[in-house]
Amino acid sequence: MEAAALSLAPAAAVGIPLAASILILASGRYPNIRESWTLIAAVATFLSVLSLAPQVLAGGQVGGPGIPFVGGLSLALRVDAAGLIFALTSSGLWILNSIYSIGYMRTLQEHDQTRFYCCFAVSIASVMGLAFSANIITMFLWYEILTVFTYPLVVHEGTPAAMRAGRKYIAYLLVSGVFFLFAAVTTYWLTGTLDFTPGGILSADAPPLLLSALFVAYLIAFAKAAWMPLHSWLPSAMVAPTPVSALLHAVAVVKAGVFGMVRTVGYVYGIDLTRALGMNLLLAAVAAATIILGSIFALRQDSLKKRLAYSTVSQLSYILLGLSLLSPAGIEGALMHIPFHAVMKITLFFCAGAVISTAGKEYISQMRGIGRTMPVTMAMFGIAAVGICGLPPVCGLVSKWFLLIGTAEAGLPLLTAVMIASAVLNAAYFFPIIHTAFFERSAADDAVREAPLAMLIPLVLTAAASVLFFFVPDLPFGRLAALAAAEITGVRY
Amino acid sequence: MTLLSNLPVLPVLVPLVSAVAALVSGWYDRRAARPIVILALALDCALAVLLLSSVVGGGPISYHLGGYAPPLGIEFAVDLLNAFVLAVVLPIMLLAVVFAGPTVGREVPAEKAVSFYVLLLLLATGICGMTLTGDIFNLYVFLEITSLAAYALIAAGREQRSLVASYRYMIMGSLSAGFILLGTAHLYVATGTLNMADLASRLATLYDSTLVHTAFAFFLVGLTIKTALFPLHLWLPGAYAYAPSPVSIVISTAVAKVSAYATLRVLFSVFTTAFIVEYFPITDVLLWLAAIAIIAGSVVAIAQTDVKKMLAYSSVSQMGYIMFGIGVADPVAMAGAVFQILGHAVAKGALFASVGSVIALGGPRDVRGLAGLAARMPVTAAVFAVGAASMIGIPGTAGFVSKFLLALGAVESGRWVFAGVILASSLLTAVYFWRVIEVSYFADEADPRLPAKEAPLSMIVPAALLAAACVLFGIAPDIPLSVIEPAVLLLLGGGP
Repeated sequence: MEAAALSLAPAAAVGIPLAASILILASGRYPNIRESWTLIAAVATFLSVLSLAPQVLAGGQVGGPGIPFVGGLSLALRVDAAGLIFALTSSGLWILNSIYSIGYMRTLQEHDQTRFYCCFAVSIASVMGLAFSANIITMFLWYEILTVFTYPLVVHEGTPAAMRAGRKYIAYLLVSGVFFLFAAVTTYWLTGTLDFTPGGILSADAPPLLLSALFVAYLIAFAKAAWMPLHSWLPSAMVAPTPVSALLHAVAVVKAGVFGMVRTVGYVYGIDLTRALGMNLLLAAVAAATIILGSIFALRQDSLKKRLAYSTVSQLSYILLGLSLLSPAGIEGALMHIPFHAVMKITLFFCAGAVISTAGKEYISQMRGIGRTMPVTMAMFGIAAVGICGLPPVCGLVSKWFLLIGTAEAGLPLLTAVMIASAVLNAAYFFPIIHTAFFERSAADDAVREAPLAMLIPLVLTAAASVLFFFVPDLPFGRLAALAAAEITGVRY
Repeated sequence: MTLLSNLPVLPVLVPLVSAVAALVSGWYDRRAARPIVILALALDCALAVLLLSSVVGGGPISYHLGGYAPPLGIEFAVDLLNAFVLAVVLPIMLLAVVFAGPTVGREVPAEKAVSFYVLLLLLATGICGMTLTGDIFNLYVFLEITSLAAYALIAAGREQRSLVASYRYMIMGSLSAGFILLGTAHLYVATGTLNMADLASRLATLYDSTLVHTAFAFFLVGLTIKTALFPLHLWLPGAYAYAPSPVSIVISTAVAKVSAYATLRVLFSVFTTAFIVEYFPITDVLLWLAAIAIIAGSVVAIAQTDVKKMLAYSSVSQMGYIMFGIGVADPVAMAGAVFQILGHAVAKGALFASVGSVIALGGPRDVRGLAGLAARMPVTAAVFAVGAASMIGIPGTAGFVSKFLLALGAVESGRWVFAGVILASSLLTAVYFWRVIEVSYFADEADPRLPAKEAPLSMIVPAALLAAACVLFGIAPDIPLSVIEPAVLLLLGGGP
């Protein structure tokens, strides 16, 4: 591995949103100035992440300055292809999500907006830190900060139901944090290092039972991936305002979980040790069960946001499934599913939020004929839903195609069957919504009352991106995923 | 002799002399006492920093009081460990005294102001003496000065409960002092010396002596009462909870930490690692007691409705961390224990300062009463949140560093169960601190009993500085660890 080029860009990607959070707090009395900090920070963060792309695409790595921590460890940032995928996705969508938030929060005249935007910015900073963490301890730092600062966003409404959901949220995620710390300490004891290294840092010399237990600890640590049965915090977190559900609980927080598993398998254990321990089978079993059960649970939800949440639970496990294949195609598909699922799912949430704030409807059963009053919104919903099902011309097909090839290559017809069954289930929970929206009629008049432009523009753009990535998946995610998959598997593909 | 060659004794003399000055000038004008105390402690902080830097630069200092050489004369022995502890506790005492300003006339009757401030200086004298001395009898004397000042300070509050709490503390504290004095006497009979370094070398041949074992047992009981290790902690909750707010800060940080330091010193510098691990195998017992304290302290804290009582039981749990490190007795866990002296001091100081400002300004002291705190007193609430995060051990705060080191030490020595205790305890801690965060930030409406506006600057600045220290040492633990790690190696290696 060549030495990482030094750059301040990774530190800037973390520092800009952090600085913005302070400015937001300071200008709480002037909403327009406050919101402009969020927008400026979002654009600046995205640009500093983007500035890293050329070097990484050329096969290089970029390092940032480190702060010495305990016992020879340091808090350090390092940018590689896998991290860049996650950071580009989150920071890019933060721009659109910020515009959307302004429309949403102002339409609903929400309270405590300063706290909302401040915690949002810190959460994004944590995601950037997490994506660029050079080692486990740095990742743990940002993982926990992400937990703490998303909590105020989950309980934003302050209602008893929100507080209950918040307690569940914090309980699940703090417990998983304990497992994370245990795993980190044990890994450090076994290896004397916590640096993410392609091919892994753990060696097969340690007792297999300990290594297997440690793997399970890592899996529990990444409960943010919402694998079953550690998923129930995610549907509960849907009490949060929709922009939070859209960016944090469909993209940033949950993908932090799967991203953590990518790091664990590829950079802590290495694929050879994972296979030798049989942990790929465990991961595959968990993922397959979650894919099917998540979709079945989604069928039963009448609340649109909850249905989307279970859909997220299911789709996240596609990434775990791809990872468990330990093959170039599987890992490439898994990594591509991070951005592709993100743009599709954020579109769906944006649409759900538009319906909630404009028409005041949360439940699918109330949405008869909503396609006539909000045609643009629901059309975009349709595009994204088609994409989640894995149909052309939306990018969901691309990542799922790689995953299908991966399962076929691995000679695991059962997993192929799981993917096909899930596609059918996805259709089963999405098409009724589209049917209700477009083909049923409401009693009320159906004059067009679309969401405000601040909400409409972001959701049209994310839907457009979902289609765009179908035609040019290499821009740049496919290419990055291939680089990362090659790094993890050691196979030029 | 220049002033600087007397550096080791100055931290003790400055508050002692200033106490007299504060008392005398207080006769003329009650308001004169506070500036004198602040100046004296600021000077003391500067001396502590100077002492630490000269020990870091030039190695341990042995100072002979009055020029009489040990073992006959009293020695002040300054090494990395005690210079570090002094540099931690004195700044916190200074902040507490600044914080105390607005509480006088509210929690502390105005007519008692002068004696209140003088007692704070006497407490500082005792603390400095306990930390710096290299003589075991001298340690006892300074411990008594510290304790007597503390009893009086706790009783300085207006509430009846303060008197009861102070009385209970006095009974337990006197018992503790009695045990320590008995231990000292036994050691003197066995060895004929009271100098710690001398004791360590002479005891080396006496590790099988019953007399020495008895002495050790006396010390152990005395020190565990003093550090409030479960199950000898019963004096602590009342003393912390019903003392005036600035006193709660001082005794939960400075006094508690110096007691922990004294335990480290007696166990490792007088008796040495070899003795406590092999000849009088006590480390496993301490480890178990620490584990029980960590869990039980948190469980009882969960049951509290009074916020200061909750913080007090949290101290029982957190002081258990220090004993835990002693029990594991390997360099990593010990570094965690010493780091906890710093980390817990700043975090608990921040928490007591935050809650203390609410109570001192006439606000409620029950958990529900803090509903809406963040809207009325945003800085105070934020300080509490940071302190709570450090107690829970969220990374980025000082509490995480000690938790990490203790867990690593436990895993390295194969004590998996105890590593589990450390990790699980942060969840229990989260349970009771999260309640407070929940009501203070997300309650629908503010409790009417809360102060209408933010606390005065002289309260929020010390509180905010303590919270900032929590974060600073959480992100850059390297700064204190560069002193702690060699200090611990020195300690585990034997004599002072």
